[in-house]
Amino acid sequence: MIAFVYPLVLLAALYTGAAHAAPYIPASGSQVLERLPGRLDPAQRELARLRAELTASPNDLPRATELARRYIEQARRDGDPRYLGYAQAALAPWWSAERATAPADVLVLRATLEQSTHSFDAALADLNEVVRRDSGNAQAWLTRATIELVTGDYAAARTSCARLFGRAGDLVIHTCLASVGSVSGTAPASYERLRQVLASRADSPAPLRAWSATLLGEMAERLGKHAVAETHFREALAADPQDSYLLAAYADFLLERGRAKEVLPLLAERTLADALLLRYAIALKTTGSPTAAPHIAALRARFEAARRRGDVVHRREEARFALALDGNPAAAVRLAKLNWAVQKEPADLRILAQAAAASGDAEATRLVRDWMRRHALEDRSLDATLRKLGAPA
Amino acid sequence: MRRAAMQGALHPWLALFAALLLLCSQSAHAHKASDSYLNLEVRERQIEGRWDIALRDLELAVGLDGDGDGVLTWDEVRSRHAAIAAYALSRLKLSADGDSCPLQVTSQLVDNHTDGAYTVLMLRGECGAPVTTLALDYSLLADIDPQHKGLLALRHGSSTSTAIFSPEQPRQQLQLAEPSPGRQFLDYLKHGVWHIWIGFDHILFLLSLLLPAVLVWRDRRWHGRDSLRAGAFDVVRIVTAFTLAHSITLSLASLGIVTLPSRLVESAIAASVIVAALNNIWPIVHRGRAWFAFGFGLLHGFGFASVLAGLGLPQDALLLPLLGFNVGVELGQLAIVAVFLPVAYLLRNGVFYRRAVMVGGSAVIALLAGVWLTERVFDLSLLA
Repeated sequence: MIAFVYPLVLLAALYTGAAHAAPYIPASGSQVLERLPGRLDPAQRELARLRAELTASPNDLPRATELARRYIEQARRDGDPRYLGYAQAALAPWWSAERATAPADVLVLRATLEQSTHSFDAALADLNEVVRRDSGNAQAWLTRATIELVTGDYAAARTSCARLFGRAGDLVIHTCLASVGSVSGTAPASYERLRQVLASRADSPAPLRAWSATLLGEMAERLGKHAVAETHFREALAADPQDSYLLAAYADFLLERGRAKEVLPLLAERTLADALLLRYAIALKTTGSPTAAPHIAALRARFEAARRRGDVVHRREEARFALALDGNPAAAVRLAKLNWAVQKEPADLRILAQAAAASGDAEATRLVRDWMRRHALEDRSLDATLRKLGAPA
Repeated sequence: MRRAAMQGALHPWLALFAALLLLCSQSAHAHKASDSYLNLEVRERQIEGRWDIALRDLELAVGLDGDGDGVLTWDEVRSRHAAIAAYALSRLKLSADGDSCPLQVTSQLVDNHTDGAYTVLMLRGECGAPVTTLALDYSLLADIDPQHKGLLALRHGSSTSTAIFSPEQPRQQLQLAEPSPGRQFLDYLKHGVWHIWIGFDHILFLLSLLLPAVLVWRDRRWHGRDSLRAGAFDVVRIVTAFTLAHSITLSLASLGIVTLPSRLVESAIAASVIVAALNNIWPIVHRGRAWFAFGFGLLHGFGFASVLAGLGLPQDALLLPLLGFNVGVELGQLAIVAVFLPVAYLLRNGVFYRRAVMVGGSAVIALLAGVWLTERVFDLSLLA
């Protein structure tokens, strides 16, 4: 019932958000203006308690890093960037500390926050300082591997993953290695290895299993094994049904397979995060729903708001918006190229290739061809697009 | 192996989660980073405007949810209006030409942005005199959410200027009366003249190239030139080559097309001064000094770029300021030449000029530049 009613409630909110009514005086004192995020949620209560404790003793390092870590997890779960700001505030006494003297825990968290705003160089410098002091810091190696993977430095990422041997669990190591292998020429073997490790480590914590299973789903999809990919995505959803990255990945899989109808119930209640509203709106448009228009208008307003504050971390989504919902391939390819200069994951290549094919942009086409040639990336979902571009599929 | 010891403290998958964050773009009644929207209009001494601040952010800053049920009603917000206004006004300071412009909140309304409901503070204020430059100090939420930004739109007459405030940029000045293009050109021309005059490394480089301009290198020694015209022509060629070259690199740097690390540039400039000075003592290049000036001028242009960046160029119309600055540098150099050349020409045939000024002066310049080079390469401070 709630799932059915909710979109209607949301629509009203979307309209006011996008259409910018004039400021008003509410008609009655009992009128609800805002619902605060999860007041009744135990995780939120715990955050509020920790925050109050830290306010009382702001220089308590263990407490500050604990709170920052929890805020980062919360941001990741909800896709809500405000928590990243709160995490940074928790680290305030050390945030501007010299790299050489800052505590290692702070450096790792600082790097995590830096990379969330795409300050990759600063993040890597912080992490390098941590592992210089203590080559046993698994967390630092893992974060480093992730940044190297996102920026397309596969040799370095492989090295960072390898430094986890003997310092982290099997599943973490193999998920790390498979993330790299699957985009740098050893996709089938990486997939098989990770599948076996996950099967033998069924007792791992749910979020970790969800992460590994999500990756397996993406890998299987790129290898063209759609039925198997579906199984992995469902396995991931069973382990962690709220995870916003997973929902986005599964929604993309469904859209790609022409199953837009199934995306609607999956994301109906999760349109607070741009990435998920984007997929939801694409699904609405694909199914010819009359409610597509206000959602598209809402997305446009959100991208506009992000632009006003000078954010550049939305470019991949914004390029997709321009291509799939706004009918503007020229803008899409411009954004996709800007995004590609910063991050180089399969999804970044996908939007770059699609925008290149739609706009006929020679530079984007060249970028796609060069990357495919250099890294032996296997991605069956790109085949049709690449044929259009005349690139080796 | 320190394997087991770490496992307890580790959140091994956190890093990957965090990294996935940036793959999930976020924003708005949506998830979005925190912003406030500050719209002001200035008329003479009067300031009017509205300031939209998210209720969600104010909950953290002053507390709005009286009954703690996670829902904010109009009654709850209304009962905190005084606290909201006091908090907001304590975090925004306006001043014009050094005099503060005190603000008042005349009323509060409600509006929605993409990420939810905002309180709308209607503002009014007055400055001591008609405002030409407005300075704003903005620190709303800085301690609670350092990623919060204040988005300002300032209207005056028919134009609007915008600014983004953050903990990194809490204080900004906005020029209200837009200078006319001619005025702007002249302002930057002055900056150009001034910067060549206070840029000792540029002046010494130039002087090193000018010292031999009144001389000719024949039979392995310097002789005085026969005519002032030939010397003057030589000098203008050198100065213009230098200006042309640094205009090119200055423009490239200002437009963000090429940027070099400033320590590298500063060190290389010091090195170029040494080379130019030593070339007077043991001449290797003497016919092609204009080319020499051009080559090193490319380097000096990057040095000017940091100066220009510090002046805060208007991002939409760079051309005129750039041109003005470059013309100013050229004029500044020609002014130095105008003083130097007649004196040097008068002294050119004496031993004093050829020995003391030419060789001695060049040696002093080379030594001084050597000190700079050491300072800049090793990031030291030798000359207080």
